[in-house]
Amino acid sequence: MSVLSVQGLGKSFGGVQAVSGVSFSVAPGEMLALIGPNGAGKSTLFNMVGGQLQPDAGSVTLGGATISGLGPRAVARQGVGRTFQITATFGSMTVRENVQMALLSHRREIWCFWRSVAERFGAEADALLAQVGLEAQAERATGVLAYGDLKRLELAVALGNAPRLLLMDEPTAGMAPAERVALMQLTRRLATERGIAVLFTEHDMDVVFDVADRILVLDRGALIAEGDGPAIRANPAVRAVYLGTDAGSH
Amino acid sequence: MSSILPQLLTGLATASSLFLISAGLTIIFGVSRIVNFSHGSLMMLGAYIGWSILTRLPREPEWFALGVLATALATAIIGVVLEMAVLRRVYRSPELFQLLATFGVVLIIQDVTLLLWGPTELPLPRPRWLRGFVEVAGSRFPLYDLVLIAIGPLVLGLLWLALNRTRWGTLVRAATLDREMVAALGVDQRRLFTSVFALGAGLAGLGGALSLPNASANLGIDLSVIADAFVVVVVGGLGSLPGAFLASVLIGVLQAFGIVLVPKITLVLVFLVMAVVLVFRPNGLLGRPQTEAREATVAAPVVRPAPPALRLLGAVTLALAVAAPFIVGGYYLTVLTDACVAILFATSLHFMMGPGGMASFGHAAWFGIGAYAAGLLLHWAGAPMPLGLLAAPVAAGLVSGLFGLFVVRLSGVYLAMLTLAFAQIAWAVSFQWVEVTGGDNGLLGVWPPDWARDPRLYYWMALALSVGVALLLRRALYAPYGYALRAARDSTPRARAIGLDVEGLRMVALVIAGAACGLGGAIFAYGKGGVFPTYISIPHSVEALLMVLLGGLQTVAGPIVGALVYTGLADILVRSTDLWRLVLGAVIVVLVVAFPEGIAGAVRRLWLRGREA
Repeated sequence: MSVLSVQGLGKSFGGVQAVSGVSFSVAPGEMLALIGPNGAGKSTLFNMVGGQLQPDAGSVTLGGATISGLGPRAVARQGVGRTFQITATFGSMTVRENVQMALLSHRREIWCFWRSVAERFGAEADALLAQVGLEAQAERATGVLAYGDLKRLELAVALGNAPRLLLMDEPTAGMAPAERVALMQLTRRLATERGIAVLFTEHDMDVVFDVADRILVLDRGALIAEGDGPAIRANPAVRAVYLGTDAGSH
Repeated sequence: MSSILPQLLTGLATASSLFLISAGLTIIFGVSRIVNFSHGSLMMLGAYIGWSILTRLPREPEWFALGVLATALATAIIGVVLEMAVLRRVYRSPELFQLLATFGVVLIIQDVTLLLWGPTELPLPRPRWLRGFVEVAGSRFPLYDLVLIAIGPLVLGLLWLALNRTRWGTLVRAATLDREMVAALGVDQRRLFTSVFALGAGLAGLGGALSLPNASANLGIDLSVIADAFVVVVVGGLGSLPGAFLASVLIGVLQAFGIVLVPKITLVLVFLVMAVVLVFRPNGLLGRPQTEAREATVAAPVVRPAPPALRLLGAVTLALAVAAPFIVGGYYLTVLTDACVAILFATSLHFMMGPGGMASFGHAAWFGIGAYAAGLLLHWAGAPMPLGLLAAPVAAGLVSGLFGLFVVRLSGVYLAMLTLAFAQIAWAVSFQWVEVTGGDNGLLGVWPPDWARDPRLYYWMALALSVGVALLLRRALYAPYGYALRAARDSTPRARAIGLDVEGLRMVALVIAGAACGLGGAIFAYGKGGVFPTYISIPHSVEALLMVLLGGLQTVAGPIVGALVYTGLADILVRSTDLWRLVLGAVIVVLVVAFPEGIAGAVRRLWLRGREA
């Protein structure tokens, strides 16, 4: 039984078909990588799943319920967590408070005007921070965190929603190679433990082949290959895209 | 048919004047990202300098032209001085601090003009040729207006040539699109900015001098012109010169026909146009979405409750405030009551502007709506004061929510401009709807009932209400709602991604801020015994901004400190010198340059530094 199921998804901007006829699904605990050259339509596809863009054709279902057409907020409410390519955290709050916000939102306690935030879900927030290895930084401002720590904080915030599906857009962009592998292995472990389906885009092929269970290859808006690491490596169409027309751009 | 053409021509003449003032404003904004509040003051200086030059010259048309050009040159030089002395030092400051600095300049120029030219209006004696008429469609049309109509497109054409056919123009256009990139290419930004400011100031001066034959040099030009210019620039699209021209024509012509068709709502009309345009085209007619300035995303400091020592200080201040009627009397008690109102005025604005991230140039609107709600209820229905004090926040909150429906999706400068527009609508209604509001004379006899007439009792009531509301606002800011509001400000995409209803959070903040401010307005009305359109004026809105920005946006105590400091400062100044605007303006400019994070923010930073050392 898959968590996320995408059927015949399509989107065009003006006359340009950015994504067309894309179908795939992700199972609980599975890590699915979405790769492809620049301009292949990865971000468009990603934003249609996350609710930032509305598709022209096709459907997105989460656990059997349709989520395409909903906005990002409603999609989040359905149990989709996400991290952004450029880290987005609440700069005027501490690391712990960032996670508390996700927990408060998940438990529908946002519209409270009286109780102090300091008394709400502090322990749960610390537990999540411990999972991503940030417990020592709980009191610090997000503005002073190292970049790798910010990425881990985003992961903890996304987990605060108790997501069934985690969307990670370029999760390791801007990180040192050693940190990249550590972050994705952490994600791998959390996904397995919690049965979360993970869909991520990634430019670093080492990371992709290291952690992804399955890989989707997108080129000019269409899926050209799907399979595990060795199969994708051996696929002639993928080799043509990466080595032929677009080699050296990564 | 016969009346349409002259009306159209009148509209086009107005459009030319509007374009001269807004062209400079929009070019300056495009390059420097500064909303120059003092642009109207430059036009006012142009009118006065033009008067001084033209009254000394022979009266022939060629001398008139020469005098007008000399005026433009003089204001351009003043612009250069202004840019080098003030604006250059605030380019890196947050948007609102820049605005505040330029408002300081407005105050300074007000008093300097008063000192140099005196308080009386200065009309330009009009020679024969300026009084000439031409026959248009069977009716007499002023010759000078035809000259004005020609000047608008002429200036647009010259500016277009300068922007598209010179190296300087290429740099200006490049800086409008991406100023960091231009800086990275090694262009001397200082000279570019100074030259652009000089050009804008010169155009404003030109507009001021050219306005003389139809009007006069007077001290009200600055604020009335800047409101119109804001509207034109926003409707046209910030930074867009053709947009400014298009908007000038649109508004000029609408105004000309509006006066004929519905004379009652001319003031409202202009701002309604702006509201409608912004709802459908949030970036103006020809504007493009604002690119975020890259260096402006400085990490906001983490918001923390005040340290114990500061709380103790607050408690001592409150105790002193409660005991004040036993220590001081009469006049000082009035000032203290004003301070209580100021606290409501400032904390309510801070609520939406600081944690809410929604800046307002028109906060006085809610103040005035509250005051008028109480005043009108008493005047027309004889409602007792407690009912008035209840109705005021309800009315202001409701209207604020209604306003929010239209603007909650906007942000930054456009939102701020729309709040200004709304405040002007509210002002116009209070000013023009004489039968109901009493117009300029206001509503008189809005006194509290006998039991609350004692100034001491009234002061305690004001203190209890303002401190009570301020504490409630503080409580909400440390509760999940306040955090969520701040989260939506810090990162909107992230807030949405964790399921926060960003628009809903902002709407509620607007309603709360409006209601709290409206209560302040009602307390003020009963305290002064009347309600007047000046409650909703632009300077009053700016006072709220001053209080909040003086206190700093980052701390919850900031607006309270700002309100007290501002009330005290203004009171001392007004009583000790006739030149209080000059002094206040200078103080504002110096404060903005020296403390970009406000008084409370600076104290907090020094405090924290002292503790770490």
